[in-house]
Amino acid sequence: MIAVSTGMAPVATPWFFYGLAGLAVASGLAVITRRNAVHSALALIVTLLSVAGLYLMLYAPFVAGVQIIVYAGGIMVLFLFVIMLVNIERSSKDRQFNRMWPVGLAAACALMVLFVSAFVKGNKLFPDRGMTLAEGSNTQEIAKLLYGEAGKMGQYTFAFEIASLLLLVAILGAVIMTKKKI
Amino acid sequence: MLNSLMSYFGSTVTPGEAGNQLWALIYVFIIFTGVSVAVMAMNWLERKALAHFQIRLGPMRVGPHGLLQPIADALKLMLKEDIIPAEADQFVFWVAPLIGLLAAFTVYTVIPFGPSQAVSDMNIGILFMLGVSSLGVLGIVVAGWASNSHYPLIGALRSSAQMVSYEVAMGLVVVSAILMTSLNASGTGTLSMIGIVQAQQQQGIWFIFKFFPLGFIAFAIFAIAMVAETNRAPFDMAEAESELTAGFHTEYSGLRWSLFMLAEYAAMIAVSSIAVTLWLGGWMRPFPNLLNAPVWEFIFSLFPGLTFAGLAAIAFIGAARMPGHSFFKIQRIGLAVFAALLGFLALLLLLIAVAGRSADASVAARFRGGIDYVYWFVFKVAIFMYLFIWYRATWPRYRFDQLMRIGWKVMLPISLGVLVLTAVVGVLVK
Repeated sequence: MIAVSTGMAPVATPWFFYGLAGLAVASGLAVITRRNAVHSALALIVTLLSVAGLYLMLYAPFVAGVQIIVYAGGIMVLFLFVIMLVNIERSSKDRQFNRMWPVGLAAACALMVLFVSAFVKGNKLFPDRGMTLAEGSNTQEIAKLLYGEAGKMGQYTFAFEIASLLLLVAILGAVIMTKKKI
Repeated sequence: MLNSLMSYFGSTVTPGEAGNQLWALIYVFIIFTGVSVAVMAMNWLERKALAHFQIRLGPMRVGPHGLLQPIADALKLMLKEDIIPAEADQFVFWVAPLIGLLAAFTVYTVIPFGPSQAVSDMNIGILFMLGVSSLGVLGIVVAGWASNSHYPLIGALRSSAQMVSYEVAMGLVVVSAILMTSLNASGTGTLSMIGIVQAQQQQGIWFIFKFFPLGFIAFAIFAIAMVAETNRAPFDMAEAESELTAGFHTEYSGLRWSLFMLAEYAAMIAVSSIAVTLWLGGWMRPFPNLLNAPVWEFIFSLFPGLTFAGLAAIAFIGAARMPGHSFFKIQRIGLAVFAALLGFLALLLLLIAVAGRSADASVAARFRGGIDYVYWFVFKVAIFMYLFIWYRATWPRYRFDQLMRIGWKVMLPISLGVLVLTAVVGVLVK
């Protein structure tokens, strides 16, 4: 018989997590090591899609969906447009890494030490691992948080609107700077 | 085994929700096969319908009335020489059709063929569909660039610019349809595809007729944007033969080109399914509220069987009218066999419709419910498919600057206006 439940029990979670995380790391490495800019952009798309998969594993389907639409479907298409319209063939014959790579490696290691210590020490600050919203009503819960009445719910309405206003200003700035005559 | 089969048919949730991997896989397999068969049938229908619009006959030789032509086409494409341009980027050239194909087929995970006939009913159904179909743009851009040739590059950039522009208007009218789902008691809408059709069922009206003419304008904008989204006529500047040789798929030959065509037709069916789900009531039969006496239920449940009976009759008449020459004997026999198969299917469906007449939970009633839902959904999508072919036969194509002007200067303001007006009317009505 089939168990008719309202949520699907997670299955093979370690496989999926290590697979997606490994894919994200591997394609992230491919982004910085490829000579060809289009290859780097494609590897970045793979990274973004695997991060969307990780969001799904955290029971956040709305964030995963928005990640695919905005990042992989919008921003990366823009990246690819720019890469194809600008003549960058010459840069693929340059040196791949400049001579300061030990300094960069040291800075990256320091950043990793910072992240690991924040994770280890910060474990005690958030004992209940944060909020896990029910997956069946994820969008509705996010909507209540964003748009509900002010106070407990709806406390992010102002920040949300200000962020969209900032984006509008950025778009207007780009249009004004590039048009010769409006 | 039979027990589990029967218990499956009585389930009221999709396999994804019930956590049943086996049935979800079976659904995926059925959908994949169905879409492939539908694409081949669409290929045949397009050639025959275009031909009849242009007062000629179309393929008539390969099978009776050209019915085996798509199979011959598929064989030819598979056996053609696989040419890769010398300076092309090998890996990216190979991967580009796969991206488009993945984006086109992943969308079918959430398409609702019935209240529990979907692979999985995600909470973000419509968001998932829009997002994954926007990944198809990447396949086109990458294909054009990897060919290392001028015409494909220009075609790819034009095509992707067009797709991205019409995605904006599409998204806005989709939001206005989602707004209409929140006009219920709890004031909360839903993004899930099955939830959207159930909201139409609850409110007793297809969203195309809601707040007339707002729902209708939203549907019209979506119907135009979806034709531009899939690069079909009259918006096919990017791939028309007379303009750019063949646009982004110029350098692709054989099986790779057929993958592009498969992705294009699958995307057409997918966006038509979105339109049917959001505005045309999904799997609901026509007039669910106006004509809801049991006799009307019975009459509408006869439609699947009657459709196949009509098709069988047409095939039979075609077989009878075949010229009597001995060259046509095989074709005549083939068409008669096809007509017999269709007639047998029609008989089966009519039997199920008659046997499941009572509303109890018998086997035939459950079958009949599922068949009816799938039939009405596919019927509505098929109307859209025929409209796609009709557009291609009738209208000349837009020049590229006219195309972009329409996308940004006409459709975007209208869709913004529809969204604002729908929100205002929705608040006033409550």
